[in-house]
Amino acid sequence: MTEQNQASTPSTRLLSGNEAIALAARDAGVSLAAGYPGTPSTEILENIAKEGSLYCEWAPNEKVALEVCIGASFTGARTLCTTKHVGLNVAADPLFTAAYTGVRGGLVIICADDPGMHSSQNEQDNRHYARAAKILMLEPADANEAYHFTRAAFELSERFDIPVLVRTTTRINHGKGVVQLQPAENISHRTFDTQRDPQKLVMIPAFARMRHEILEASLERMATYASDCDLNTTTRNGSKVGVITSGVSYAYVREVVPADWSILKLGFTHPLPETLISDFCCSVDEVVVVEELDPYLEDTVRRLGFACKGKELFGRTGELNPDIIAKGLGLDHRASDVPAKQLPPRPPVLCPGCPHRGPFTVLKKLDVFVSGDIGCYTLGVNKPLDSIHACVCMGASIGMAHGMDRVLSPEQRRKVVAVIGDSTFLHTGINALVNMVYNRSTSTVFILDNSITAMTGQQGNPGFGPTLMGEPTANVNMEELCRAMGVKHVYKADAFDTVSLETLARREVNRDELSVIIVERECILAFKDIVKPALEVNQSTCIGCRACLKVGCPALIWHEQNRKVSIDPTLCTGCNICVPECPVDAIITPKKS
Amino acid sequence: MEDKITNILLAGVGGQGILLTSEILSEVALGKGLDVKKSEVHGMAQRGGSVVSHVRIGKEVHSPLIRSGEANFLLSFEKMETLRWQSLISRDTVCIVNDTQIFPTNVNVGLDKYPEDIDAFLDQNFNACFRVDASKLAVQAGTAKAANIVLVGALARLLTDYDKELWLDAIKRKVPKATVKINCEAFRLGYESMVL
Repeated sequence: MTEQNQASTPSTRLLSGNEAIALAARDAGVSLAAGYPGTPSTEILENIAKEGSLYCEWAPNEKVALEVCIGASFTGARTLCTTKHVGLNVAADPLFTAAYTGVRGGLVIICADDPGMHSSQNEQDNRHYARAAKILMLEPADANEAYHFTRAAFELSERFDIPVLVRTTTRINHGKGVVQLQPAENISHRTFDTQRDPQKLVMIPAFARMRHEILEASLERMATYASDCDLNTTTRNGSKVGVITSGVSYAYVREVVPADWSILKLGFTHPLPETLISDFCCSVDEVVVVEELDPYLEDTVRRLGFACKGKELFGRTGELNPDIIAKGLGLDHRASDVPAKQLPPRPPVLCPGCPHRGPFTVLKKLDVFVSGDIGCYTLGVNKPLDSIHACVCMGASIGMAHGMDRVLSPEQRRKVVAVIGDSTFLHTGINALVNMVYNRSTSTVFILDNSITAMTGQQGNPGFGPTLMGEPTANVNMEELCRAMGVKHVYKADAFDTVSLETLARREVNRDELSVIIVERECILAFKDIVKPALEVNQSTCIGCRACLKVGCPALIWHEQNRKVSIDPTLCTGCNICVPECPVDAIITPKKS
Repeated sequence: MEDKITNILLAGVGGQGILLTSEILSEVALGKGLDVKKSEVHGMAQRGGSVVSHVRIGKEVHSPLIRSGEANFLLSFEKMETLRWQSLISRDTVCIVNDTQIFPTNVNVGLDKYPEDIDAFLDQNFNACFRVDASKLAVQAGTAKAANIVLVGALARLLTDYDKELWLDAIKRKVPKATVKINCEAFRLGYESMVL
C-alpha cells in the first residue's frame, strides 16, 4: 500500500467484504446468485443487484436458495448462494448431498458467521459444517481476501467437483479495506445444457454409495493441494513461537505478536493442509493456535500429535480482538486511563411509527405468553413492551405455541399466542401452521405483516415484492393462504387501530379453535410516504400519568421538571398508537397553520 | 504520519449518519494513498441503538479494531456515547463532541436516568475535548440532517495532514447528489467552528 496514486487506479477500491464478494461473483462469471437476507450476509446480494450484471434473487429461505443454486450448477452455470450462519442450518439438507453429486458449474456458498452475536440468536461455528458435509472451505482474513478467495473458490469448486464454503465473520463482511480487483474472467466459451448423468446427479442409494467413494478420494486430493497452495501462507521469523491462525484473527495476531514469532495463516481450512501444519509445528519450539469460537484448528494440531496452547488462553465465546489475544499471550497492552462511567444502556428499539408497536401494546394488556420469532418484532422483548417470552429460530414461534397448546390445561392454553412476521412466516412458518391445523391446535397466531423483510434492511419478499431484480411480481395472499391450509378463523386487522385489535384478540384467544390474525401496516422505514404530520401533547391537559409511555415510542419524551410528556416532532410519524392510551385525550393532531 | 497508525473512533446513536461519516473519512485516507481498515456492525444497531465505527489509517494496517486505550481521535455524535467505549480511549484521546443529548427509551419512560455530570466528567478526564453544536450549524447550512458532515468538518480541522480538497471530494462522492451544496456548507461551518 505504498503507491501514492493507488486511488486513481480504477482497480483499487475501498470495499466492505460483502461488496468485494459481490464484485468477485461478477468477475468470476457467475450466472445466478440466490440467498435469504440475514445479517451480516445481506449486502452481498444487494450489491450484486445494484451492480446489475447477473441474475440474482431472494429465495423464501436458505434451503430453497441453495437448491436453486444446485440446479443452476447442474446446467454448467457458476452460482453463488449467500446465507448467515443459522441459515446454513436451514440449507443443511441439500448441502450434505450436494457434496456427493458435486457440481457442473462452480457452486460457492458464502456463509457469514456472527461471533459476538451482533445480530443473531447464537454464535455457532460453521467451520464444522465443512467437515461434517465434506466440502471444501476457504476463510478470508479481510475484504481484499474476500474478493480473491471468492474468485479462487469458483476455480476450486470446478477443479475438485465440490461445493465450496467461503466462511466469513461479521468483521470480514462489514469491515472495509482496500481491495485490488483483477480482470474479469472470460466465460464466453461456457454453454449451459441439461446433460443427463444420473449416476452423478440422482442420489439413490446405489449411486450415492459410488459418489461417497469418489468424494472421499477427492478429499484426499484436496488436502494434498491445500498443503501447497498459496491460500495458506507462512511467515517465518523465528523458531521459538509459532502461531497458527485463520480469518480475522490473523489481523489481530499481526497487530500484537513480537517480530520474532512465526505465523502460519490458513486460508484453505477444509480439508486442512495437514502436511503444512505438521511441518510448521516441527519448525518451532512452541505452538499457539488463535481462532474465534471453537477449537477447530486446535483439535487438528493435537490430533497430528503436537502440543499447543489455544482455547485455555482465549476462550470459546464471543469475538476475539487484539487486546484479548495480547492478554492471553501475556504480552503488553495499554489500558485506558479514563475511568469507566456507569451509563444507561441504549439497546435498539422499535422505530417511531413501527406497526409492531400496536399488537404488542394489545398483547401486553391481554397478559398472554407470547411465543416470538426472528425479526424487528423480537425487539418487543425490551421494556416497556416486555411482550416476547420465547424466541428460538426462524419460524419456531408457531411450532412452539402448538407444543405448549398440546400440554397445557384448556384454561392455560388460552394464554399462549404465536407472533411471526410476514417474511418469517413465508420462510419457515407455513409448515408449522399446517401442523397446527392437522393436529387440532387451539392457539392464536398473529402474523405481523409489514409488507417487507424489515430487520435486515427492507428487502422485498413473496408477500409483497418486488423481486431483487426490481420487477413487480405476484404476491402471496396471506389470508387466502391460511384459509387454503384449513384455518377456519382468519382475520385482518389494522396495526394502528389498537382498540379494535384488542377486542378481536380477546375474542380469539378465548376461542377453542385455531385462529390467525393478520395485523397489517407497512414498515415506516420502507414506506416513507405514509408518514403523517407529527402529533402534539396539549400541555394544559396532560396530567403526567405516563400511560402513553407504555407504548415505548422514542418520540414521546418525559419531562421530569414539569412532569409532563411532549412529542418530538422530528421523530413522530403520526401513527396515533399512543392516542387511545391517554385517559384525558391530551394527544392531539395539530391544526394546520 | 510515516509508519504511525492513526486510530479514529466514531460513536453515537443509530440514524445519526455515523457509517456515512466513517466512509467519508476512509475515502479521504485512500485518496491520500494510505491503507485503511474500518470496522462496524450493521443490522440491529440501526434501530436507535448505540453505534460505533473504528477507522484505522496508516501505511499498512492489519487489525480493523482499535486496541484498548489507543484511539487518537474520538468523534462523538452524542454526549453520553462519548464514554460508551471507554476501554478504547485514554486521556490523550482528542475528543470532538456533538453538544447534544438523545435519551434512550428507558430514560424517556423513567426506568433509567441520563447522567447529569457528563460535561464535568469530559472536562476532567480528557486533555482536549472540543464541543460542536452540530445540529445548530447543520440547520444553518440548510438541514438538521447534515449534522454528521458538520462533525466531519470539525475533525478535518484537526487532521491537518489531509488537504481540505480531499475531504470535499469524498463528501461530493458519498452524499446524495441533491444535498452536495448543503453538505459542503455544513463541512465549512464545522471546520471553521473549531477554535484551536
